[in-house]
Amino acid sequence: MNPQRGICSLNTDIAVDARNVGKIYGAGAGAVTALGDVSIAIEKGEFFTLLGPSGCGKTTLLRCIAGFETPTTGTIHLSGRDITYDPPYQRPVNTVFQSYALFPHLTVAQNVGFGLKMQGTSAANVANAVERVLALVKLEAFADRLPQQLSGGQQQRVALARALAPEPEVLLLDEPLSALDLKLRKEMQSELKRLQTETGITFIFVTHDQEEALTMSNRIGVMSAGALLQVGTPHDIYESPVNRFVADFIGETNFLEGEVEAGQVRIGTGDLLGVDLDGQTGAVTLAIRPEQVSVTAADAQISGKIAEATYLGTDTHYTIGLSDGSHLVARVQSNSAAAFSVGDTVGVAIDAKAVQVLKS
Amino acid sequence: MSRRHTPGRSKGVNGWLLSTPALILLLLAASGPLIIVAIYSVLEKGDYSGVRWILSGEGWFRVLFEKDIFDQTISLADANLSIFWRSFKLSIATTVITFAFGLPTAWFIATRPAKSRAFWLFLITIPFWTNLLIRTFAIMEVIRNQGILNTFLMHSGLISEPIQILYTDTAVLIGMTYVYLPLMVLPLYAAIDRFDFRLIEAGYDLYASRWQVLRGVILPIIKPGIIAGSILVFIPSLGAYVTPRVLGGGKNMMIGNFIELQFGQGQNWPLGAALSTVLLLVVLVSLLVYTRASSRDNPNG
Repeated sequence: MNPQRGICSLNTDIAVDARNVGKIYGAGAGAVTALGDVSIAIEKGEFFTLLGPSGCGKTTLLRCIAGFETPTTGTIHLSGRDITYDPPYQRPVNTVFQSYALFPHLTVAQNVGFGLKMQGTSAANVANAVERVLALVKLEAFADRLPQQLSGGQQQRVALARALAPEPEVLLLDEPLSALDLKLRKEMQSELKRLQTETGITFIFVTHDQEEALTMSNRIGVMSAGALLQVGTPHDIYESPVNRFVADFIGETNFLEGEVEAGQVRIGTGDLLGVDLDGQTGAVTLAIRPEQVSVTAADAQISGKIAEATYLGTDTHYTIGLSDGSHLVARVQSNSAAAFSVGDTVGVAIDAKAVQVLKS
Repeated sequence: MSRRHTPGRSKGVNGWLLSTPALILLLLAASGPLIIVAIYSVLEKGDYSGVRWILSGEGWFRVLFEKDIFDQTISLADANLSIFWRSFKLSIATTVITFAFGLPTAWFIATRPAKSRAFWLFLITIPFWTNLLIRTFAIMEVIRNQGILNTFLMHSGLISEPIQILYTDTAVLIGMTYVYLPLMVLPLYAAIDRFDFRLIEAGYDLYASRWQVLRGVILPIIKPGIIAGSILVFIPSLGAYVTPRVLGGGKNMMIGNFIELQFGQGQNWPLGAALSTVLLLVVLVSLLVYTRASSRDNPNG
């Protein structure tokens, strides 16, 4: 069992199995549905990310798994055991809180040992475990400090160590990196990945940052408005989004409206694109990644006019106005071809095989 | 010009000048009476009241000992000791009971929506604006033999004879708990209001039961409020005068009443002054012990 090698070698056992979980706050006319009807199976040893904009229900789902919320409908199983109504302190699940929620009156070592102590572990064993976990997050030197004497990144590590120390079956992480600056966030991303690999613990990570989700996860569940839209590997989610929302949320995407015509799609400019239709008919939306659009000086399939050129170092972004008034964003390598400037008439070629066809 | 040359010094002099009213007030209002009390405690008692300006240890001697009028044998003043013990016991009990009632009350207020908190705090502080004597007589009305409590219990058939509560230590305890409860609730509320409730979830998440979260997370963090509340209740309880006088009925004296007795009917001002000084010292020592004890279990220590 080697949990870090993608899903193929993952243990087939299910760690968390949520079935038809729904959460409604309030009752009657003022009721708010935070979670619709979500079913999800998270495998053991997996780094699973719940991704979605704020208010999409991802944190509610996490809190249901942690036990801070009781689902209005549905059940949650942990390693085959129904834990839907168990209190949080009876679940072998630990949480890294967005605010860290470190105990301000306890030292780093006491914070990290808190869970084990509450479980009734002997003092000597607690001390050993604390030492081991602090070494894992490289905070051995700070064992006797109080949380407020640490930097944000260090507090983050303490929160992580505290949640890992009792060796939970599942570790829940609620946007733990959102309070860190960019550089620290990048560091912690690889740190988290390393810790997950080393400990083999199932991680369920909640974030609204699509890049974070793509770089860290074995699988991603994209959520919106209390519903789970798509579950898949980062590759699946990026390359074959199921709908416009997912395509738009993950990475930059151009959307072109079109009509299926004789096995091809006629877009607004009147041009026909030979995309992989996958049996779809009628009005469709084409999702095209900017890197799948190439720009040439010569005439190509579609012609357009450069409306905006943004130099981004290795890449340049061109916003191209098409004849029907729609826009396409193309990302091309800066050094690949001659640079275009605003107003240039260019040819646009779309890598038709890479285009996703979504139902309109 | 000279001002510009020595800005520091003139600022300092000005600072002292500006604070003279405060200093005079401190000297006269705070230290003055204390000094008078301390001096009176080592003088000889006057014939009817007041003092004679002759140095004497009699006042201090009588705090703990008494001399037999006939054979001049010296023995411990049991009556005084029992008064000290009762005062101490009742004050501790008052502090514990106000804490037991005050913590849930403060918790309740602090967890209300921000808008309604002011209302609840207002309810807690209302008794402050009512005369202490009236409040104490109100308690008397509740607990006396023909009072509300006994009438209710007898009508409901739970008891056949009224329970004697008035003029017992229990009555004094009920009265002091009622009077000093706001002094416990307010600092506790202030501490709980600053408390980060997410820590409770963190505690539950780390396998702590409700009781363990209370003991291991909530109480240590709101400890400053507990200390402040306990001090605010314990100290005035120790020197309470009106409540034990009205509800204790003169038999169950506390130090405050005993001191009053010396300045009044007892006509022994030096003893009264010595007792006052003892009370002050006891308060200071308790304060010291309490703050020491509560800062010792600091995780850094």
